[in-house]
Amino acid sequence: MFSLPALRSLVLLLLALALATPVLVVAGSWLAGASPNWGHLSSTVLPSYLRHSLFLALFTGTGTLLIGVAAAWAVSRFRFPGRRVLEWALLLPLACPAYLIAYTWTGMLASEGALQQALPLPLPDIRSPAGAGLMLTLVLYPYVYLMTRAAFVSQSAVALEVARTLGAGPWRRFFRVALPLARPAIIAGLALVLMETLADYGTVAYFGVPTLSTGIYRTWFGLGDAMAAAQLAGVLLLAMVVLLTLERRARKERRISVASARAAAPLPLGRGPGLLLAAALWLPVLLGFILPALQLLVWSLPRWRDLAEPGFLGLLGTSLLIALCTALAATGLGLLLIWARRLRGDRPRRLAAGLAGFGYAVPGTVLAVGVVLVLASLDRGLNNLLASVGLPEPGLLFSGTLFAVVFACTVRFLTIPIQGLDAGLQNLSPNLDNAARSLGTASLPMLRRVHLPLLRVPLATSALLVFVDTLKELPAALVLRPFNTNTLAVRAFELASDERLADAALPALTILLAGVAPVILLTRSIRNPHQESPHADH
Amino acid sequence: MRRLSVLFSLMAALVVTGCSSQSEAVNVYSARKEALIKPLLDRFTSETGITVNLITGSADALVERMKAEGEHSPADVLITTDAGRLYRAQQEGQLATTESDTLAEQVPEALRDPEGHWYGLSVRARVVVYAPDRVAPSELSTYEALADEKWDDRICIRSSDNIYNQSLTASLIAHNGEADTEQWAEGLVSNMARDPVGGDRDQIKALAAGECDIAVVNTYYLGMMQGGDDADAREIAEQVAVFWPNQDGRGAHINISGAGVATNAPNPDNARQLIEFLVNDESQQWYAETNYEYPVRADVPVSDLLQEWGEFKQDDLPLIKLGELNADAVKLMDRAGWK
Repeated sequence: MFSLPALRSLVLLLLALALATPVLVVAGSWLAGASPNWGHLSSTVLPSYLRHSLFLALFTGTGTLLIGVAAAWAVSRFRFPGRRVLEWALLLPLACPAYLIAYTWTGMLASEGALQQALPLPLPDIRSPAGAGLMLTLVLYPYVYLMTRAAFVSQSAVALEVARTLGAGPWRRFFRVALPLARPAIIAGLALVLMETLADYGTVAYFGVPTLSTGIYRTWFGLGDAMAAAQLAGVLLLAMVVLLTLERRARKERRISVASARAAAPLPLGRGPGLLLAAALWLPVLLGFILPALQLLVWSLPRWRDLAEPGFLGLLGTSLLIALCTALAATGLGLLLIWARRLRGDRPRRLAAGLAGFGYAVPGTVLAVGVVLVLASLDRGLNNLLASVGLPEPGLLFSGTLFAVVFACTVRFLTIPIQGLDAGLQNLSPNLDNAARSLGTASLPMLRRVHLPLLRVPLATSALLVFVDTLKELPAALVLRPFNTNTLAVRAFELASDERLADAALPALTILLAGVAPVILLTRSIRNPHQESPHADH
Repeated sequence: MRRLSVLFSLMAALVVTGCSSQSEAVNVYSARKEALIKPLLDRFTSETGITVNLITGSADALVERMKAEGEHSPADVLITTDAGRLYRAQQEGQLATTESDTLAEQVPEALRDPEGHWYGLSVRARVVVYAPDRVAPSELSTYEALADEKWDDRICIRSSDNIYNQSLTASLIAHNGEADTEQWAEGLVSNMARDPVGGDRDQIKALAAGECDIAVVNTYYLGMMQGGDDADAREIAEQVAVFWPNQDGRGAHINISGAGVATNAPNPDNARQLIEFLVNDESQQWYAETNYEYPVRADVPVSDLLQEWGEFKQDDLPLIKLGELNADAVKLMDRAGWK
């Protein structure tokens, strides 16, 4: 009835459905019809939610594109003082949760703060829609930078050299050759930025900016109307579906694959322009990481003794364990879904890859509650089943253990490897597969010997991003963790949300530092593999 | 492949440790932050030998989790930091009634559910704070008067997303009716010195910085600033003073942090024992003082800092009303344009 590949497609689709259930459970509430509060919402607050969400998306989208792409181009094409350090330093703001940078900057700019005391002019109030956009831009541009740089690094020098011999100037080469070639990667980074922006809760709530995501919380928990809240979340999801579909369409029309070859050597810049460029590139690092980290350090100095508290190492251990499990699980699942689609792009497989990535587009708490609903009913079913055949009940095997947290984070961040690996695979020409096949290589050996080595960069990138993101992730751990289990993010947030910034500083600083090590590791792996590791044993 | 098997054994280890069961235990789902309750729970364990397992998180999410877990839920006690959430948990069928002479005796009637679904553990008051150099206390009177034109462009208050503003508005609806309260909310919005941003501490800071002349905050935020070890915060807190509203009438608006026993509690006796422990002399003092709140028991002394603010009359509106009217309050604030 079914051929083997079709059967596999079906299994993949079921897997993706399982990963998407927490989101589908939430989005499915539309089927129950519009909530009676819908009229109230749309006549009072909805326009303002939409306006602010749209503004933030535009602001953050533009900001991260400008910073991310420019920085990626600069460090991959030019030689200037401090380039090697900047390569990874530009990623540092990634380790900073958005709500934390919002609290820290508010503290730094406060009228009683050191900065304002030192300056004669009144500082602008950061707590505005534009301020929220700025905070999000500062911590999110590394997504665009990371993905784009990986693309620039793996671009072959040939295309650029051909353009040059044909008489194209440096700007023209950038806009007409390098940029279009890197487009899938740029868009992948941008999609992550937009999803994270739309789903952000901590920053906008603190800055008093009413967006769709604060609206969801308010409607759910203030009005007590879970249905209307889920329907607002549905609006958010719809926006993401439209965005991703449009992009996919546009990309298909101009699909370019370049077989990897020798990478272009960076051009040396003169001393003046070189220093100027370096200074400009240090600015986002300074604002997005160095200054906030210094402020946190100042705040945490009086309580450095907390470090010796036995519970503190436990916090760090739990956080790292969850982040590691999630990074492995999400990268593995992402690879499976994307690679399977490359082998055979039938409808179920395309749908599977699309479905699995939506966890990122809903606010964390909404997703976490979706996960609770799904896993708890799974547990109930399992317990009832075992009880009915006379076996002892295992209790809450899924929803009551760290499995729930890892599952939720995996669902939430799966889109990162999906986007990253998709962009990576598209840069590999289908001729590679055809060549391998004609040499009699079966699918799995082809994955191991052809695709995986060429996907090293996007794989490492995705795993690192998921790792760092999970380290900062809050709502999943907050709602889903088992008894007596804490993470750094939970500790930092509990204290910060009580406005006890000084107490929150130490765990917050630890999150930042724990994120730095993988960032540096990653940078080493992104340097062009063709420059540094000549094909070993493929 | 080896990496995969390592991963799986890791996961298995997690599952096993997660399931380790205790002999005598009580499981607490707490919206009160770990730092503000854990030391007390540890003391309970050392006095009774009952192990306490704790999860903290937002009350709404914890209630959703209890609902989803159903009859298998390990939760024995739910602790929240406002009455509205306890009321909602009760409405959702997640709280059982608890018979306890100790609790009935110690917790004043207005601060607990009439049927014993939940009991108040501490009192949190929402008051007006003012800058004594710009405002004389004689100019202040009631919450209602905050809508007077004389406060035009002079009030700081946080967003209506915040539960304490929702509860305050709900209490005004209960006392004055919906139409009057909506007018009040509109007046308050037009008197705001700035769009609502930040938390209660931020309102106090803005007040001290001269952005506004009065602010509406919970007293314990001021207490934390005054009693904490941040010198800047202490200095700011000293520039503002507390005014207790509606003292000639019904009294100042209060809310509670409180607890109830879960419907599906596996250890209901231990749960009751824990809540009783939380209202004994020693616990009451620690529980209230650590967060600069007021004990629910009038006979338990308050700290020197709280005594400085003076005694005050509490609104004795049954707190269950705050829960009942919360959704109405949110919609009303939406209509009034309170961000």
